[in-house]
Amino acid sequence: MADLLDLTIAELRRFLDKGEITATELTGLYLDRIGSVDGKVRAYVTVLEEGALEQAAKADKIIKQGDASPLTGIPMGIKDVICTEGVPTTCSSKMLKDFRPPFNATVMERLNGQGAIMLGKLNMDEFAMGSSTENSAFFATRNPWDLNRIPGGSSGGSAAAVSARMCVASLGSDTGGSIRQPASNCGVVGLKPTYGLVSRYGLVAFASSLDQIGPITRCVEDAAILLEAVAGHDNRDSTSLPRPVPMLRDSCREGLRGIRVGIPAEYFIDGVQEEVVSEIKNGLKVMQEMGAELVDISLPHTEYAIATYYIIATAEASSNLSRYDGVKYGFRAVNYSNLMEMYRETRAQGFGPEVKRRIMLGTYCLSAGYYDAFYKKASQVRTLIIEDFKKAFEECDIIASPVAPTTAFKIGEKVRDPLQMYLSDIFTIPVNLAGIPGMSMPCGFDRKGLPVGIQLMAGHLREGILFRAAYSLEKGLGLDRVWPLN
Amino acid sequence: MAKITIKEVEHVAELARLRFTPDEIEEFTSQLNAILKFVSKLDSIDTEGVKPTYRAIEIFNCFREDEVKNSLPVEKVTANAPASEEGAFVVPRII
Repeated sequence: MADLLDLTIAELRRFLDKGEITATELTGLYLDRIGSVDGKVRAYVTVLEEGALEQAAKADKIIKQGDASPLTGIPMGIKDVICTEGVPTTCSSKMLKDFRPPFNATVMERLNGQGAIMLGKLNMDEFAMGSSTENSAFFATRNPWDLNRIPGGSSGGSAAAVSARMCVASLGSDTGGSIRQPASNCGVVGLKPTYGLVSRYGLVAFASSLDQIGPITRCVEDAAILLEAVAGHDNRDSTSLPRPVPMLRDSCREGLRGIRVGIPAEYFIDGVQEEVVSEIKNGLKVMQEMGAELVDISLPHTEYAIATYYIIATAEASSNLSRYDGVKYGFRAVNYSNLMEMYRETRAQGFGPEVKRRIMLGTYCLSAGYYDAFYKKASQVRTLIIEDFKKAFEECDIIASPVAPTTAFKIGEKVRDPLQMYLSDIFTIPVNLAGIPGMSMPCGFDRKGLPVGIQLMAGHLREGILFRAAYSLEKGLGLDRVWPLN
Repeated sequence: MAKITIKEVEHVAELARLRFTPDEIEEFTSQLNAILKFVSKLDSIDTEGVKPTYRAIEIFNCFREDEVKNSLPVEKVTANAPASEEGAFVVPRII
């Protein structure tokens, strides 16, 4: 039955609707796969065997009645930063180890409304802070293509589970590359939508002006189906855009002819792995052969993006994470004699080192006398980075670049040097600062057989043209659908 | 750029309601200094007169109807609290 695990959402839809397989059988197949593979990969923090089979039974009834939606009966995994009613939502932190949200995130309401199946909650860097999933308070997740390497992060569990076929698709969240970098490392498709396209209600906050939920899938069309399902206005998120849900599957079929693809000089610099550059260049050639026009462009403030990001993101995080005080929910230390000690002990014991490092940096940047020098300065540079993109999109429709400077690195390689870890997000961070959509999709492999991803970016709310280009490129590249851990 | 001192790190830890061992304070001080040195590259950009961006997409006057809706039940909310009693959160004595 291994081939059933290879099927995409659209393919499974036909199988399910024709009655060739039931949602219950499909869910059982995926639970078995988790049972046999996840001991090695460790993508899941929580597996919901019973709940998944109950949802599957309901989905089968809906399908039998002929009322199926695109995701009815499709087994999925959810990053453990998205609130799921009554189901542990840990953010891979000791602080929320036993937290069971009393409500569902908007994206969960929408998935449940379609009858999608939740197989479980997926591992991540604690509070989505990291690029390797090694910052999980529970355990590190491994890259299915090479178990000695990281899957990327922070949505490492979400990308590894899709790649290892332990779910058909998953949801991740992306603040500085946390969907795209792991998608690239694991050889799957990952999209960070335009800021405001997907509701953040029920997404545990890291940096509110940058956070966005998005799909991780095994093909471009699946990403379109999943994004269409979760996108759209929500009045419980004041930054949610009051726009109709885009028809992305239609865009997929429109072809590449006439699309201008911008190539930013600042993204093809020294230090980028040679095979990453050569695979991206091959991808560009394929797009050109399919009728796209390649245009050299410049994004001159790129080199300042990481510094800008680490001020803005940590400042917002230090404020957002002040809610973990041991009072309303989550962990509380036992050794204290007054309120202040309770706060400090709770937070000292509940948070891991990277979370504390970012709270400290953010608190420092916002503290009296430093606000102008750090937060305001960074927010001004953010404006310059946005203007770079605006100018670039006058000359091109999409921008193509590497997702990360290297393919997946080894577990433990960058743990001792936080700054080196931050630098792996150099090409993904500008997209969050500008609030534009960015997609990572498979483009080839390096000599070790590790996946190389290409990043495609477009202007605000131009997901349509992004999917148009990505779908064509996927067909043009014609990569074999071979998945790891067979 | 001025270097952050151990004393400042201790002060920030207090503001952030965190507590560290002396060894941790020392490690954090050197790591924070490395990160601050890295971010100081922003000083080289002239941002005179540049408007800061706090949201990548601005939405103004985000109104919705003021409808009365049910809130979450109190017992469901306090179920996650480390300590609660009669629908209230229990904390150490403050006054």
